[in-house]
Amino acid sequence: MASITLTVNGSARTIDVRDPEKPLLYAIRNDLGLKGAKYGCGLGQCGSCTILVDGEPVRSCTVPVSAFAGKKITTIEGLGSPEKPHKVQAAFIAEQAAQCGYCTNGMVMTGAALLEKNPKPTAAQVKDALAQNLCRCGTHERIVAAVVKAGGARG
Amino acid sequence: MNMHTSRRNFLKSTGALFIAIPFASHVKAQGRIAAKTVDPAQVDAYLALNADGTATIYSGKVDLGTGLRAAFPQIAAEELGLPINKIKLIEGDTLLTPDQGSTSGSNGIPKGGMQLRQAAATARQALIKLASEKLGKPASELDAINGEVRPKAGGAGVSFANLITDKGFELKLDAKAPVRDPKTHQIVGKHVPRPDIPAKATGRFVYMHDLEVPGMLHGRTIRPDVIGAELVSVDESSIASIPGAKVVRLKNFLGVVAPDEWDAVRAAKMLKAEWKGGGLPTDSTGLRDYVKAQKISSTEALDKAGDFAAAYASAPKKLSGEFYWPAQSHASMGPSCAIADVKEGEATIWCSSQGTHRYAKHFATMLDLPANRLRVHYLDGAGCYGMNGHEDAAADAAFMSKAVGKPVRVQWSREDEHALDPKGPAQVITQEAALSADGKIVAWHTTMRCPKPTANLPTIPLLAPVEVDAKQVKGIATGSLSSGGKPPYDVPNLLVEVHWLEDTPLRPSHLRAPGKIGNCLAVETFMDELALAAGKDPVEFRLAYMSDPRGREAVERVAKLFNWDKRVEPRRNGKGRGIGYTQYKGDETYVAIAMEVDVSADGRIRVTRVAATHDCGQIISPDGVRSQVEGCILQTIGRTLFEEVKFDRNHVTSRDWASYPILTFPDLPEMKIELIDRPNEPPRGAGEAATAPVAAALANAVFDATGIRLRTVPFTAARMKSAMAESGVKFG
Repeated sequence: MASITLTVNGSARTIDVRDPEKPLLYAIRNDLGLKGAKYGCGLGQCGSCTILVDGEPVRSCTVPVSAFAGKKITTIEGLGSPEKPHKVQAAFIAEQAAQCGYCTNGMVMTGAALLEKNPKPTAAQVKDALAQNLCRCGTHERIVAAVVKAGGARG
Repeated sequence: MNMHTSRRNFLKSTGALFIAIPFASHVKAQGRIAAKTVDPAQVDAYLALNADGTATIYSGKVDLGTGLRAAFPQIAAEELGLPINKIKLIEGDTLLTPDQGSTSGSNGIPKGGMQLRQAAATARQALIKLASEKLGKPASELDAINGEVRPKAGGAGVSFANLITDKGFELKLDAKAPVRDPKTHQIVGKHVPRPDIPAKATGRFVYMHDLEVPGMLHGRTIRPDVIGAELVSVDESSIASIPGAKVVRLKNFLGVVAPDEWDAVRAAKMLKAEWKGGGLPTDSTGLRDYVKAQKISSTEALDKAGDFAAAYASAPKKLSGEFYWPAQSHASMGPSCAIADVKEGEATIWCSSQGTHRYAKHFATMLDLPANRLRVHYLDGAGCYGMNGHEDAAADAAFMSKAVGKPVRVQWSREDEHALDPKGPAQVITQEAALSADGKIVAWHTTMRCPKPTANLPTIPLLAPVEVDAKQVKGIATGSLSSGGKPPYDVPNLLVEVHWLEDTPLRPSHLRAPGKIGNCLAVETFMDELALAAGKDPVEFRLAYMSDPRGREAVERVAKLFNWDKRVEPRRNGKGRGIGYTQYKGDETYVAIAMEVDVSADGRIRVTRVAATHDCGQIISPDGVRSQVEGCILQTIGRTLFEEVKFDRNHVTSRDWASYPILTFPDLPEMKIELIDRPNEPPRGAGEAATAPVAAALANAVFDATGIRLRTVPFTAARMKSAMAESGVKFG
């Protein structure tokens, strides 16, 4: 069995991989116990499994774990905590921007990645950045408001 | 060990639900706790005052991301006289909470919350009586404030902990125990942040999908390509290369288990099996005709006034129309997931069911266990909106756990969820109405065709027990599909009927506001047609037939909020506005919605602006209500524009987000919502009401924009485009 070393939230983590095609999502949830990223579709369509790889949002449900050796992975747990939330997370809390919250991981991670590139996005830019992230409860307006607020621009 | 200590320890061990405690040893070790009453008639079923000055409330209703975790503590804190941060909530655990019915039908607050309020009011009355003896003051001079009973005029009080013993209240709920005057409310009606959001925003919240139970295996089910097919043979050697993977075959039920989740996923894909038979009586393109041709099991007249037939026959101006609402999926973001630990003579199930109590009975029946030997724990799943696959996944897990003797976690795939979740059934609704010579509505007839709710019928609702050929509780209701067919207007000659149909091709269940969005679409589109025929503006015309002041206020205020543009004839320039109004279920929440749409030359409909007024009586959690109203509006815009379950004669073919599109961020309209708070009225639900007029307002706006009446949902670009081509409508 091969082993792969991943850099996750700043720490090197080595995991055994029997099937190199195993998607990264299963490794971070089950092997590393980081449950923030969610299985939503396994097809890269909904965004619930989003993580950051070298700062870019990546859908961890479709990419094999073997592709991530040596890459810098950030999960939502690494972004911030309830005690010390990232500004996007703090804005989601302030805007009460979740209902069931199953999609929240993808919204927060994609929002955080957007702010890295565009620190003060407008509402239209946020909607565009989140166009491929699905929410079923209808929390869209609050999610957009939260990301805009985190950036500090006027919607 | 006193009761309070043991209860606290107990909650410590189970409250977070991270650790599996075997059912039997748990009950033995915590014998006194297991005796906690869950009798809904008893105060102690709902709340316990702890020695440390906190209170624990026990709710059989569960938070579905809907904010009940804030609202229930608000109600209890207000009524008891405790700060809200002293309230702990245990929800949905069938061993500890009273059976308050499923969390559905927008009844979390109106039923569950009001039972809790009455329990807390009864408790306060008892505390004041006890304190009156202790303080030597008449009860009328005392109140419960901040965890103690003290004289209203000031002076020393006595804490709750010093009034109540380990035995609890041992009191029946007193329906006459006075509740606090809404004028004095300090917590109810105020904003209280939802306690679950910090953990949800930081990835720490433990969903059903995240729970691990020691020693658990991962299970996946393999279901036939053709619905209803029988299992002929299984080639177990096809998964021999996967270490630890095992086949579970029970008659027509086929599953695999493996210690590693990805291995279970792979094994389910690799397993070779042969099936025969099965099939569906129609495909989705034929569903409307199938519904219309379906055998009518019975016809029920739901509402009658005057003499419809006579008034219609003699009226000078008649209109009619037929409306279609397709089968739709719950389309939950996370496929259903559950864990079951089935042992000899007992079982524990962790599940996101909206009806843990109802399904505890169901699961016990199917596993042939006494009801009191099966415990269901609730954990949040992905939003469900009725009954998706949560209970099916639990049944899958239970049969596999029973077969392998270990806890089994089952998580459905995306394909499973879209294909197999029970569907909101298709509806065909017809309307007939007549106007007098001077343009007054004189007669109205609504006919709905709905599959018969399965309550008390030998319909078998869960998949696995059918496949295993296990016993099931008979009948699961599909919700009040026939509600909302009655126009919310004063009509002299009225007949509202439902034809209950024998069958519908895909397994039906209750999907948010069951039946009512389609029914309201039919009624409210038709009201617009009547307004046009009478030569009146749609808002003015509605108000002329409304006598309920709360309904009138909702409509008048939405017209103002939206800046309603009075007009009789459609504008036909690609931009339009429409209105829809309902009183949910006929006597609950009032909602009026005005909407603006933009229809492009390629048929694409975009909702650009929405205004809504919402009167659900007394508001407990204003932001919770607002959040539900937003969700109702946005989700239903998506259901109206995009959603239809597609299937061929074998199976559902819309099995992912590409083939079953929902609303996305670029579709987000501008929204203005006004909540009308009536503190002296009973609280009504907010989880569904605002869905009902959405499709109608949208259809009416499309008519204003194009002069075309869309009566078939979804209003896809292709459908709109072909309707425009047929009518020769062009813009620009």
